[in-house]
Amino acid sequence: MADTNPTPTAQPAGPLSAFWNAFSQNRGAVGGLFILLTIIVLALFAEWIAPYSAIEQFRGMTKLPPAWAEGGDRHFWLGTDALGRDMLSRLIYGARISLFIGLSVMSVSVVIGITLGLVAAFMGGAVDSMLMRVMDLIMSIPSLVLAILVVSILGPSLTNTIVAVSVVYLPNYVRLVRGSALAEFGKDYIIAAKVAGVGPVRLMFVTVLPNCLAPLIVQAALGVSNAILEAAALGFLGLGAQPPTPEWGAMLADAREFIRSNPWIVTLPGLAILVSVVSINLFGDGLRDALDPKLRRS
Amino acid sequence: MIKFILRRLLLTIPTFIALMFVTFIAIRLVPGDPVEVRTGEHGISPERLAYFRHELGLDQPVWKQFLDYVWHLLHGDFGVSLSSNEKVLTEFLTLFPATLELSFAGILFAVILGIPAGVFAAVKRGSWFDHTLMGAAVAGFSMPIFWWGLLLIMLVSEGWGLTPVAGRIDMIKFYFEPTTGFMLIDSLLSDQKGAFLSTLHHLVLPMIVLGTVPLAVIARMTRSSMLEVLSEDYVRTARAKGLSEFRVISLHALRNALIPVVTVVGLQVGGLLAGAVLTETIFSWPGVGKWLIDSIGRRDYPALQGGILLISSLVIVINLLVDLLYGAINPRIRHG
Amino acid sequence: MALLNIKNLSVSFSTRNGQFKAVDGIDLAVERDDVLAIVGESGSGKSVAMLAVMGLLPWTATVTADRMEFDGLDLLTISDEQRRKIVRRDIAMIFQEPMTSLNPCFTVGFQIGETLKTHFGLDKMAQKKRSIELLEQVGITDPEKRLSAYPHQLSGGMSQRVMIAMALSSEPKLLIADEPTTALDVTIQAQILDLLLRLRNETGMGLVLITHDMGVVAETAERVVVQYAGQQVEMQNTRGLFRDPHHPYTAALLAALPERATGRVLPSIPGVVPGQFDRLKGCMFAPRCAFANERCHSEKPKRASNEEGRALCHTPLIEGRPYIWEGTR
Repeated sequence: MADTNPTPTAQPAGPLSAFWNAFSQNRGAVGGLFILLTIIVLALFAEWIAPYSAIEQFRGMTKLPPAWAEGGDRHFWLGTDALGRDMLSRLIYGARISLFIGLSVMSVSVVIGITLGLVAAFMGGAVDSMLMRVMDLIMSIPSLVLAILVVSILGPSLTNTIVAVSVVYLPNYVRLVRGSALAEFGKDYIIAAKVAGVGPVRLMFVTVLPNCLAPLIVQAALGVSNAILEAAALGFLGLGAQPPTPEWGAMLADAREFIRSNPWIVTLPGLAILVSVVSINLFGDGLRDALDPKLRRS
Repeated sequence: MIKFILRRLLLTIPTFIALMFVTFIAIRLVPGDPVEVRTGEHGISPERLAYFRHELGLDQPVWKQFLDYVWHLLHGDFGVSLSSNEKVLTEFLTLFPATLELSFAGILFAVILGIPAGVFAAVKRGSWFDHTLMGAAVAGFSMPIFWWGLLLIMLVSEGWGLTPVAGRIDMIKFYFEPTTGFMLIDSLLSDQKGAFLSTLHHLVLPMIVLGTVPLAVIARMTRSSMLEVLSEDYVRTARAKGLSEFRVISLHALRNALIPVVTVVGLQVGGLLAGAVLTETIFSWPGVGKWLIDSIGRRDYPALQGGILLISSLVIVINLLVDLLYGAINPRIRHG
Repeated sequence: MALLNIKNLSVSFSTRNGQFKAVDGIDLAVERDDVLAIVGESGSGKSVAMLAVMGLLPWTATVTADRMEFDGLDLLTISDEQRRKIVRRDIAMIFQEPMTSLNPCFTVGFQIGETLKTHFGLDKMAQKKRSIELLEQVGITDPEKRLSAYPHQLSGGMSQRVMIAMALSSEPKLLIADEPTTALDVTIQAQILDLLLRLRNETGMGLVLITHDMGVVAETAERVVVQYAGQQVEMQNTRGLFRDPHHPYTAALLAALPERATGRVLPSIPGVVPGQFDRLKGCMFAPRCAFANERCHSEKPKRASNEEGRALCHTPLIEGRPYIWEGTR
């Protein structure tokens, strides 16, 4: 009798290697991941990597250009700022601050966002309506304006920056989770679970949530980069972490007066923000393309 | 269709109410006493303090203050600015055209460059143009715009001397009474030689800075939307009919691809106002964004409150219009 | 001279996991006034072959053939301009999903008129007149009103009629219908097929019908091509095919038709169609074939003669029994 299974000549990949295959196709994403890891390492091991402390002022060595430029000093690779603090060290410590803010905001938003989103989707009716109106409200106030408002109430500091930015980006997560959850509701496995007697909390977190994860992960990754940008904007306006904390946005605020005279004081912190955010965005894009073929852009 | 409009309108009412409530509460929560701010320098006696308190209505119970507030709002009275003594609404309306002009220019810049770029990248998918464009787009929306502004000022204005650094027009050379508040129009109306050009000159850099993020987002969105549409059955049909490739892309594909892009553009407008705050600060552009920031520093509560309320209301209205526009473009929604 | 003449057509797609041969060595000849059916399961490459003729494949596809000619024109070497003006005017194609094959943003009148303008340069008035004629020809009632309708306002059957009208508007010599009735109700199916045959009788154009439904084949086609896993496994006239199928796959397909069932259990074909990763050394059908022997698993079969339906088989069936063919072909 005939053999019903043809001998295979090539094997399709298993799930984890399939993910990596898909992810690594996107060279930008891999590049982004690499840069991101470098920045994380810098942030974690700042004490060992940075040549100096971020707040130590070297009198007489103020406003030095980078070491390769005329007038530069080889002790200060990237030059110094107006108060004689080493730029390189400040940037490295600044990475820690920015990443910390980004990850904190993301964590808070994700946790609260998931809870509220699932509650809205499950309870429906008035609760859902009210939650969505509140989210609409938050979204209708321009992000920076709202963040400024929150910081004005709470006072400028690192922690309050995190709170403010979390509030601003919360609606994105809530709507995402709610939308995903509602889309899952029509599907049969939910009905099957309900019939089997799964309680509401378990249904929410164990049954439905894992299926909403793909877009959520992508949004979370991109949310970190948004948070970094927003926090830097607050820092620039003087409403973030206060001096002498080496927050990148605040460094730019100090640098404004030196556009003509010492351009690198302006260029470098912004460049640091740009590189970090780009790497996270590239990584996030790659994540999205690899995780969910439906969202795949090309 | 009418039902659709009415339904959307009705949904915005609770949002407006919540907005009023939130701005009211929020401003009350900001530390610092407005009376002290206003009179702080002068070392004031308790009686005068009480008098000012009464004048500003701050000695009333909070709920009464809120009702007064809402009552005034419904009559179009947004209060009086503490620092300028002008009516908040008046001050807002005077400054708003500047922001509007800038925002409009920014969005125009973003759309005119972004959509064709996205289409081209989609059609020539995988080419060097595509990769370059997408790389630039990522950089574009990853950029802190206040840094981008400073950078451009550094390079273009200071370095190459191509554009001016601040303001809307060369105030030393030109002065005329503002008629519409839109410098582009006013300068044309003023008949002063070179005024219009000076305005354009001043508009270029802020427009680019403000429009960069929308440009990046629109280009990317157009590209991905185009890619999706290009693989649809009806595009295949259009080609099978023997239509020219140009027509297939610019008419059949683009019309459908633009539908989600319109929504994105609309959403960008809300973000534009946030960007305007930063852009106006950097370029000393006398619009509502800068005014808002200044009000915070001056603890000018009425201005802050009114400003936030007005700006947010605007965003709500714009979102509503975008929804309606979406309905107009997409026949499926129109006919139900 | 045949209207459409194809010899040894192959189409490969470059995918993430390597090259995928969707069509492997198809020979086809369609005369004017012919009704040819191409039958096969999903994944047999039947649509891809026709899309290659029209030049509608994506950039990932590589098309190779010994010969691919339409009406004397070499389709492998024509310019884009010629393809647009000649091929797409003289060959029309309608697709499986009429609901998504029409552009949702434009009215029916616009989409039909567009074709008329492109190929015949008609002005608005002439377009309208001709469009109404075409809609009447495909059996749409109240055609004038339909002109201003949008695709989403039409039913499935109506959409397909509009598609056919649009296809006819360029006055084609050949109409390729890719599973035109699969997405429609059974009652509408019959109507559409009747319509296609009637039009072919009226205009004398050739008709290529791609389908997986043997019933449709029996009713409409004069000649049949059977495809399996991208390869052409049999080609015969319809009567001959149904009476005496020469390839085991065809026999199995026919045996699986409910109308032909004799016992209590419906005979199905065991196994699955080989996918991208399952390309075999020998005959593609061997794993599922009831008549397979050693040679079938190890050696690729050659094509039989016309008497044996040009079956791609080492031992084509004659009256249900495999016939060992000695010598070369």
